[in-house]
Amino acid sequence: MLRYAVTRTGSLLLSLAVASLVIFAAIEVVPGDPAAFMLGLNAQADTVAALRDELGLNASLAERYFSWILGLLKGDLGTSYTYRSPVSEIVAERLVISLPLAGYALLLTMLVAFPAGIFAASRRGSAADVLVMGGTQLGVAIPNFWFAMIMVVIFAINLRWFSAGGFPGWDAGFLAAMKALTLPAIALALPQASILARVMRSALLDTLSSDYIRTARAKGLTKGQALRRHALRNAMIPVLTILGLQFSFLLAGAIIIENVFFLPGLGRLIFQAISQRDLIVVESVVMLLVFAVILVNFLVDLAYAWVDPRLRLRT
Amino acid sequence: MRNLVLGFALTALFVIGALLSFLWTPYDHTVLEVSNKLRPPSLSHPFGTDQLGRDILSMIMVGARTSIAVAVVAVGIGMGLGVPLGLAAAARRGGWVDELIMRGNDLIFAFPSLLIAILITAVFGPSAVNAIIAIGIFNIPVFARVTRGGALSIWQQDFILAARVAGKRATRISVEHILPNIANLLIVQGTIQFSLGILAEAALSYVGLGAQPPVPSWGRMLAESQTLFMIAPHITLFPGFAIVLTVLGLNLAGDGLRDLLDPRIRRTAL
Amino acid sequence: MSVLRVDHLSLSIHGTPILDDVSFEIGPGQVHGLIGESGSGKSMTALAVVQLLPDGAVCSGRIEVEGQNTVALSEPALCEMRGAVVGMVFQEPMTALNPLQTIGQQVAEAILVHERISKPAAMARAQETLARCELPADQFPATRYPHELSGGQRQRVVIAMAIAMRPKLLIADEPTTALDVTTQAEILRLIKRLAAEDQIAVLLITHDLAVVTGIADEISILRRGVVVEQGKGADLHRNMKHPYTKALFAASGHEPERAAQKLKTPLLELHKVTRSYALPRRHLFKASGRFTAVDDVSFELSCGESLGLVGESGCGKSTLTRAILGLEPLQGGTIKLEGTQIDAGDGENLALRRKMQVVFQDPYSSFNPRHKVARLVAEPFHLLCRTATETEIDAALQSVGLAASDKTKFIHEFSGGQRQRIAIARALIIKPDLIVLDEAVSALDVSIRAQILDLLAELSAEFKIAYLFISHDLSVVRRVTDRVLVMQAGRIVEQGATEQVFTNPQHAYTKKLIAAVPHLPDA
Repeated sequence: MLRYAVTRTGSLLLSLAVASLVIFAAIEVVPGDPAAFMLGLNAQADTVAALRDELGLNASLAERYFSWILGLLKGDLGTSYTYRSPVSEIVAERLVISLPLAGYALLLTMLVAFPAGIFAASRRGSAADVLVMGGTQLGVAIPNFWFAMIMVVIFAINLRWFSAGGFPGWDAGFLAAMKALTLPAIALALPQASILARVMRSALLDTLSSDYIRTARAKGLTKGQALRRHALRNAMIPVLTILGLQFSFLLAGAIIIENVFFLPGLGRLIFQAISQRDLIVVESVVMLLVFAVILVNFLVDLAYAWVDPRLRLRT
Repeated sequence: MRNLVLGFALTALFVIGALLSFLWTPYDHTVLEVSNKLRPPSLSHPFGTDQLGRDILSMIMVGARTSIAVAVVAVGIGMGLGVPLGLAAAARRGGWVDELIMRGNDLIFAFPSLLIAILITAVFGPSAVNAIIAIGIFNIPVFARVTRGGALSIWQQDFILAARVAGKRATRISVEHILPNIANLLIVQGTIQFSLGILAEAALSYVGLGAQPPVPSWGRMLAESQTLFMIAPHITLFPGFAIVLTVLGLNLAGDGLRDLLDPRIRRTAL
Repeated sequence: MSVLRVDHLSLSIHGTPILDDVSFEIGPGQVHGLIGESGSGKSMTALAVVQLLPDGAVCSGRIEVEGQNTVALSEPALCEMRGAVVGMVFQEPMTALNPLQTIGQQVAEAILVHERISKPAAMARAQETLARCELPADQFPATRYPHELSGGQRQRVVIAMAIAMRPKLLIADEPTTALDVTTQAEILRLIKRLAAEDQIAVLLITHDLAVVTGIADEISILRRGVVVEQGKGADLHRNMKHPYTKALFAASGHEPERAAQKLKTPLLELHKVTRSYALPRRHLFKASGRFTAVDDVSFELSCGESLGLVGESGCGKSTLTRAILGLEPLQGGTIKLEGTQIDAGDGENLALRRKMQVVFQDPYSSFNPRHKVARLVAEPFHLLCRTATETEIDAALQSVGLAASDKTKFIHEFSGGQRQRIAIARALIIKPDLIVLDEAVSALDVSIRAQILDLLAELSAEFKIAYLFISHDLSVVRRVTDRVLVMQAGRIVEQGATEQVFTNPQHAYTKKLIAAVPHLPDA
């Protein structure tokens, strides 16, 4: 088990290192002179030189990369050119919206997908199965930002149950804040819940047809008992894989959904930064998101070992 | 079978619409007729007109071109690079080539296609081509994984040993024996990635990272109509329906193909 | 009173008839052997008893277990009966256990579903039951996971689950087919012992006549869903009436006519061949260990000779086969074919490779399902750097008893036996000097196997081909080879003329192997 965790950690660190190199290269090497790029075509030569100085672009590439990484490790994400304040502070303000939103959406996804998938698998071929599967087909096909727009019209503008956008802040109270996040979370969860329900169903059907389910039935377990005690945990392995991947889709989806609901989260930040050509912010936020994705996949790897005893021995 | 027919019918509808738009559209989608703006659906404009008086049906037909083109090229990039990589990884399973390819895959998986698009746009500016590249890059590891997984199970079969005894090399075996036997898998995955590509293009265009004016796009039609939803819901609903039905059609076709092809795979190959 | 009474049982699945009017009875402590070839409906009989049939199955007739008709029983009542009154053991021990639960949990579950006792009490009884099945607690604690056990040990766990509630009836469906011959003997002895101790009625289902005749009190022979013969196990071979039974007995012991062809010229020479693999590293900073699959193996095979290689699974047979075929690099020693050394690596020394070909065990995975027979059979022509002519393909197909017109068909249009003929045609087509038969008849039913063995004997006589006959089935090897090698844990422990080795084995392992082989009584 320890060995497994150690090798996984090694591969986590390697992935992070390579990902940071890719991001660094994309932002600081490909555009040529990032300072000139940020200031646009009409910039004066001395302004560019001043910015180069401010960003430390006169140092060698290796020095710049390592000082960026060292900064990241210390929690220093650099200073935003447009906001004139440390990126870490801006990101922290945004994170308190984006992180709860992703978590809320993930929770909704699982709350809907698990029962739906189990229900459909245990009644395979029935009208209920066809209905659930048809619903998930539709859920996968609907673009979530469009779904969000429709929900705003129905629930915010017509029924006035929710506000159409914006975020009151956590100071306004937990319930008020969660209420503002509810429509965005539903919009985010819809396609992911549909995918997860389908995966859950097919993973369950796979395990239900395996030999050890027949053994369990021969012991005298009912269909339901065999499903609960033997099929579910075995089906969790493919489900975990998808759940890990889904986290990255939730993060990416949040970038778009935040725009629909005017939520001041990381997604809004990144678009503002792009339009303002604030490369420092783009670089750090992308790195942060990629870090989150890699970390979640690392946790999923560890969860495998927890579910599957065969992995605890192997590499 | 029902799924397959319905799926193909929906897909065909949009492909035909897109092809037809090269020859004929009900109205010229580039002509602005402000006096005729925001008309609800009628006989002369079946899907109504938008805020600038353009015919929505014509725009959806032309927009289908963009969606399909982006998705086709992105799937092409994914297959063109992903399949050979997957075949190579499976042929050298456990070796450093395999390890390198799979680690590279994991790395790309850490960048959702939207993040790749953001990185590209931040540096090169938004365009349909950049959207294609972003979605295409994300497709590479998807196809590499599916190919490797399928190829690994075929490599276990005795007929591969027979081919090796007949003196054939790994490359030749991959092309002659592995590829035809995983073609089904790739076709099914292809339709899935195709539909995901259409969704991704719509999302990227919606946030302004994809197709730029004047190239028409379903995603941008939605973005431009967002504030007018209350006044003229049809300009938001019809492009949305176009996306949903196309993606639904492709997914149904993919599922139907899987059901159609899978039992035969199990009986004969695996 | 009988424990199980099957009375006029008929069964169809989605309208296809599977069983037709099957009747038999088993009393307490009795072992009833149900024998049939693949597709005879023997497994469906077992599933019908506990009503675990696939969807679309329709049963008629009566199946009485302890007087209760299971065909008419409700699902809750069946659940109460399964595991408590009827225990079941299946063929594939590798997949029959849940990989995510310990063996103790799985045996204890068999008790917990039927009795209201505490978990620790159930675990204690599980451990006892495992010990009864010869898995003592000190070596096999209940906390082991299935993947830590061998196939035979897993089958003991499955048996422990089946007998944990001391059932009246035990159904064992091909319980030893996936196991090695020595393990098979142990498992059969275990089942026999448990049946006697607890007075369990046993329904033993198998395709192998020899397995059953040793331990069954009564035997039913099933053919295409019909019981064609029923009788006492001890003297069935003397009193059999139905022609199918007689054919089955004859095919099981079939000995093809072979003329000794042996020439003195050596064809294949192995000298101190060693093949080892690096094991996965256990510790981060220690060098990884190595596993030696083939250890210092030397032997010779002469032109036209039929040489047997026997050993149990994991002994290194397959690795040795691949090494001879030039598909595995060696860590030591040399393999020479007609005096020239074989180097491993794909696409190397084609001229040498064309002198040998191979036939594999599984007729279903041996062919690319996307190619037609003509292309499949002609594949070895790659070694000659030319394509096969129509005449050559026709001749190859005809020499294995198929029609030339078969070449335009796809492989799924053929049965298992026909596929094995096509595999032989593929091996034969470039006229090799040596054909490696890697368990080539192990997956076939006995009657088909007899035909293929005859074919191989004819071809060897006609084309002067040498065979390296690799098999775990000692009784077949004995009937078709001139000399035999016995392999254990990567080493050749004994070699010699086949009859001599079988009648007078020298090495302890050979003795154990031969003793474990179930014997058919002489008719």
